[in-house]
Amino acid sequence: MFNPDIIKPENLVYKKTNVLTDAVMHYCPGCGHGTTHRLVAEVIEEMDIQDKAICIAPVGCSVLAYNYFNVDSLGAAHGRAPAMASAIQRMFPDRHTFTYQGDGDLAAIGTAETIHACNRGENIVIIFINNGIYGMTGGQMAPTTLIGMKTATSPYGRTVELNGYPLQITELLAELPGTYYVTRQSVHTAAAVRKTKKAIRQAFENQKNKKGTSLVEVVSNCNSGWKMTPVEANKWMVENMFAKYPIGDIKVDGEKVKK
Amino acid sequence: MAKELKLMKGNEAIAEAAIRSGCDGYFGYPITPQSEVMEHLMIEKPWETTGMVVLQAESETSSINMVYGGAGVGKKVMTSSSSPGISLMQEGLTYLAGAELPALIVNVVRGGPGLGTIQPSQADYFQAVKGGGHGDYQMYVLAPASVQEMYDFVFKAWEIAFKYRNPVMILSDGAIGQVMEKLYVGPHIPRWTEEELRKNAPWASCGKPTSRDHNIITSLDLDSAKQEEHNHKLQAKYREMEEKEVLFETINCEDAEYIFVAYGSSARIAQKAIQLGREKGIKVGLLRLITLFPFPKKQVAEFSKKVKGMLAVEMSAGQMVEDVRLAAEFRCPIEHFGRYGGIIHTPHEVLEALEEKIIKG
Repeated sequence: MFNPDIIKPENLVYKKTNVLTDAVMHYCPGCGHGTTHRLVAEVIEEMDIQDKAICIAPVGCSVLAYNYFNVDSLGAAHGRAPAMASAIQRMFPDRHTFTYQGDGDLAAIGTAETIHACNRGENIVIIFINNGIYGMTGGQMAPTTLIGMKTATSPYGRTVELNGYPLQITELLAELPGTYYVTRQSVHTAAAVRKTKKAIRQAFENQKNKKGTSLVEVVSNCNSGWKMTPVEANKWMVENMFAKYPIGDIKVDGEKVKK
Repeated sequence: MAKELKLMKGNEAIAEAAIRSGCDGYFGYPITPQSEVMEHLMIEKPWETTGMVVLQAESETSSINMVYGGAGVGKKVMTSSSSPGISLMQEGLTYLAGAELPALIVNVVRGGPGLGTIQPSQADYFQAVKGGGHGDYQMYVLAPASVQEMYDFVFKAWEIAFKYRNPVMILSDGAIGQVMEKLYVGPHIPRWTEEELRKNAPWASCGKPTSRDHNIITSLDLDSAKQEEHNHKLQAKYREMEEKEVLFETINCEDAEYIFVAYGSSARIAQKAIQLGREKGIKVGLLRLITLFPFPKKQVAEFSKKVKGMLAVEMSAGQMVEDVRLAAEFRCPIEHFGRYGGIIHTPHEVLEALEEKIIKG
């Protein structure tokens, strides 16, 4: 039964941010994209930078991110978002240009654009979703696919002989002097979600203070591509993905974090 | 308006025009024979005067995507390159066209295919006017024949690019890029303020005020019915350009029995060939193309009804000649002549080709 007391402001415990549109997301149930979108949007709202935020959507599962973020947006060609963001942020230095990219986009076809934007220390925020697979095109092998992992283009499992090694691009980018903040997070538990939000906030704060490139990797699942239920996928992610892609800060305030 | 006389290379004229026309950003990658464009900009340091951003990218792929990003936020942005670099940019060009973004791309053409040579060529005509990238799209293509036109066409490019929300290419060649000539430059036109940008480019994704919905720049529409509708809109725009924006020049055509059709360096060589021909009593004129797209179809058709023959002169194995034949509908003999692979034909060779291929026919 409807209780009008519930909608009193003092009873408000959660509200959808207006930096997300009301468009229905196309992401698979259980996927980390939706949660990560929400966190980015909430940070933009809390920092009151909606009018200054410019989103560069990639090619991949989040190709339609511009329909969900209620900020001015551009859809990039595959892998080219960091080049676009570089130009935009240089010509509009008071803006908050951010890219939102997957592992195929950022770590395969866009490797050159990613490395050089980071190496120039472009004052941009990169949100990097790593689920070890090409989701949108039907679950093919990505540069971050683990050894032994079965995908549509590694149907018997990825092998070093045929495909080389999973690319730890985030560690590689942390080596570049242009990156100021590099962290790896996840969104599979409430605690992890809170940490990721904090990391995203840090990235945008760095940008506000013109510190250079901030990159937040979110290790995520792909229950459709991995052929698992969302619960199984998260369990598999913790056991396997986190072993290769350990969660935590890699570089803070321009300094590598000592392990 | 006070005009200042300068002596400059064609490539430097492009850079000078960029600064003086209120360009917001140049993004490029070195390649011969056009490297002086970025070199001149780096010497001039316009970021200290007009606020123009100049950035050397890691590749032509990156350059054109920097242009795509800059164009998407409503800035006046450009790049320049030469043939192999322009091939790398084709992805970005089709995205610019698909997303309907204004931008300027300068191609100082060199001989191909492949890495080819660094000498002048006009063998990128097909790539420039027939697409190059995927999908049904057109760029507005300007063909300068002098250092002055290298300068002037940058201003023209901004006008067309923003009027039609479409990429514009200046299709030059290694000769026009490298040659040093006098040119008149005008006073600086200031870059747009943010207020002017928002007024002139209300579609730009440059930050959402509370007063409007968020802007989205994309070439994607997964609904094929909507994508077809978008294509119809693009085609209507290209037809409007054909109707309103064709540019050409006729030289010695009043009494001409024969016509050279040429653009860029070849047009200048053809002018000398006209002089040589007329000394021998051959009544020949020149139709100089200034826009390659839109192509002056009507003018070619009219000439085809009046003259005894036309010779398409271009430093390629025969590309523009196809458009001449289509427009002329074979009403008169039409042949091609041109040296290529980096060789420039002489006026004597051009006249001889007219005599051999058309007059003796």
